[in-house]
Amino acid sequence: MAVLVVADHDNTSLKDNTHKTVTAAKALSGDIDILVAGQGVDGVAAEAAKIEGVRKVLVAESPELGKQIAEAQADAVLALAGGYDAILIPATGVGKNFAPRVAAKLDVAPISEIIEVVSNDTFVRPIYAGNALETIQSSDAKKVITVRATAFKAAGEGGSAAIEKVGAGAGAPKTHFVSEEIVKSDRPELAAAKIVVSGGRAMGSAEEFQRVIEPLADKLGAAVGASRAAVDAGYAPNDYQVGQTGKVVAPQLYVAVGISGAIQHLAGMKDSKVIVAINKEADAPIFQVADYGLVADYKTAIPELMDALTAVGK
Amino acid sequence: MKILVPVKRVIDYNVKVRVKPDQTGVDLANVKMSMNPFCEIAVEEAVRLKEKGVATEVVVVSIGPAQAQETIRTALAMGADRGVLIQTDVDVEPLEVAKLLKAVVAEEAPQIVLMGKQAIDGDNNAVGQMLSALLDWPQATYASKIEIDGAKAKVTREVDGGLQTLELDLPAVITADLRLNEPRYASLPNIMKAKKKPIDAKAAADYGVALGGHLKVLKVTEPPKRTAGVKVENAAELVAKLKTEAGVI
Ligand SMILES: Cc1cc2nc3c(=O)[nH]c(=O)nc-3n(C[C@H](O)[C@H](O)[C@H](O)COP(=O)(O)OP(=O)(O)OC[C@H]3O[C@@H](n4cnc5c(N)ncnc54)[C@H](O)[C@@H]3O)c2cc1C
Ligand SMILES: Nc1ncnc2c1ncn2[C@@H]1O[C@H](COP(=O)(O)O)[C@@H](O)[C@H]1O
Repeated sequence: MAVLVVADHDNTSLKDNTHKTVTAAKALSGDIDILVAGQGVDGVAAEAAKIEGVRKVLVAESPELGKQIAEAQADAVLALAGGYDAILIPATGVGKNFAPRVAAKLDVAPISEIIEVVSNDTFVRPIYAGNALETIQSSDAKKVITVRATAFKAAGEGGSAAIEKVGAGAGAPKTHFVSEEIVKSDRPELAAAKIVVSGGRAMGSAEEFQRVIEPLADKLGAAVGASRAAVDAGYAPNDYQVGQTGKVVAPQLYVAVGISGAIQHLAGMKDSKVIVAINKEADAPIFQVADYGLVADYKTAIPELMDALTAVGK
Repeated sequence: MKILVPVKRVIDYNVKVRVKPDQTGVDLANVKMSMNPFCEIAVEEAVRLKEKGVATEVVVVSIGPAQAQETIRTALAMGADRGVLIQTDVDVEPLEVAKLLKAVVAEEAPQIVLMGKQAIDGDNNAVGQMLSALLDWPQATYASKIEIDGAKAKVTREVDGGLQTLELDLPAVITADLRLNEPRYASLPNIMKAKKKPIDAKAAADYGVALGGHLKVLKVTEPPKRTAGVKVENAAELVAKLKTEAGVI
């Protein structure tokens, strides 16, 4: 069996989701190659080559791949698909955008966001916002799978795979990149952070969100997340949204401030190791999943929390 | 310009989902069903494009049981012009949905297929991308803004790090994200009017698409439950517990 893992990266650095997807690939037992599709990705390829247990790293480059245009990404994968029994793609916004295209072109059923490999053809995936787990068996000869990275440990380093250039595929003649607004932040990335501090509707304004949530996140070295309500209201950017239809996170510590704990939000964070909830309503559903609950108005609780953290040297 | 909007009937997003004891699926008996929220956003956007004079006709299509007709009626009450129901009682896989939609596109010849990014039952987030691939039409998923200019669509998308704007040559497939719009509630007169709008009844076989192919659900189980922990009195106690008990800071 041969498995192709498509790397998650931003043209500059390789993301940890790739290492985790390699671990899922190892559960399929076979030769593992990594495809790095992008533009100017020599550095990314070199990092990918160090992942343990990887046979080779394939590099496809074009301007469209650099902009993560789905049509181009799918084409790059399809150009290689003949040589593989399974294609594993991290279930990020980018991955979910092109993986189904690969499946459709191969006339196979895509298998979305697996959290467990049961055998070479059987997988477990969450459905209904994680309120049920589905064990599905695929009869397709070739499998196209997206992998929920938080469910797998990162593969280690120490490998030295060969790096090979491959073709970029046909591209995306009818899709034209216009512009992007990518927010650069010095904070850890939401999906990979060890600690996440999220704010909800209770913040009431973007200024308040920044005044309350961001200093706490900085103090803890944490990434910042938000509920849908906070994003919809413009308190936080869209890519902060944690949940069923936003990002899925599973940090060591998740701190929810002024978030009620709707099932759609829980879907994105309930696999965190330790959950802290700060909410003024004692019966807020978030407390049903919180390891530590503080029933308090955040306006007094957060300043006290900042002081208490300072007191322990944070 | 015609816009085709595929809509799915799903469990209402407010319902607490229960797994059946025999592990064959989730309990849908006597459970409130609604239009998938992302499909609602897609219908709203299509209707707004019609109200702006960009679109001339909005056709909705649903693949599902007889009751999916109610979902189509909801879309008609929001302002869509007519519906197509491809009736089936089996669970249709995303690949098959995409193939059926491709066949509907061949019949209807829309310039835009505007659909939800994800159905909140299967959480696949796949059909739009698959349809675009099968049609060889350009795609823009996770749209938070759509502008139509002649034969092009400019779409702003919610991506991992922020926003991306693409321009697509029409015809194209666009999938809606949460921030695209806030769907309207249908007014009573419009609900009445919707009853008279036509819905075509079809079967999968009419389009030559075989169902029940590639995936077999072996079982559906409950996820491990998280239990509530303890309440702390104040921030100092919280920090002490996080440091010594949990060891996470
Ligand atoms: C299709 C669909 C997809 C969705 N996807 C997502 C998703 O991915 N992620 C997501 O988060 N949601 C999602 N939602 C929305 C979800 O259903 C909830 O509406 C949302 O999570 C609520 O956000 P919230 O908890 O911030 O707001 P609310 O539910 O309004 O809760 C605010 C909380 O703040 C508390 N509070 C108020 N003032 C204070 C104060 N001064 N101090 C302390 N606490 C205070 C209140 O007690 C309350 O519990 C989705 C919904 C739909 C329909
Ligand atoms: N049975 C169906 N009937 C009509 N449209 C569907 C159906 N299933 C999925 N879709 C469309 O595809 C979108 C994405 O669904 P999915 O890929 O299944 O998460 C939905 O928002 C609908 O627009």
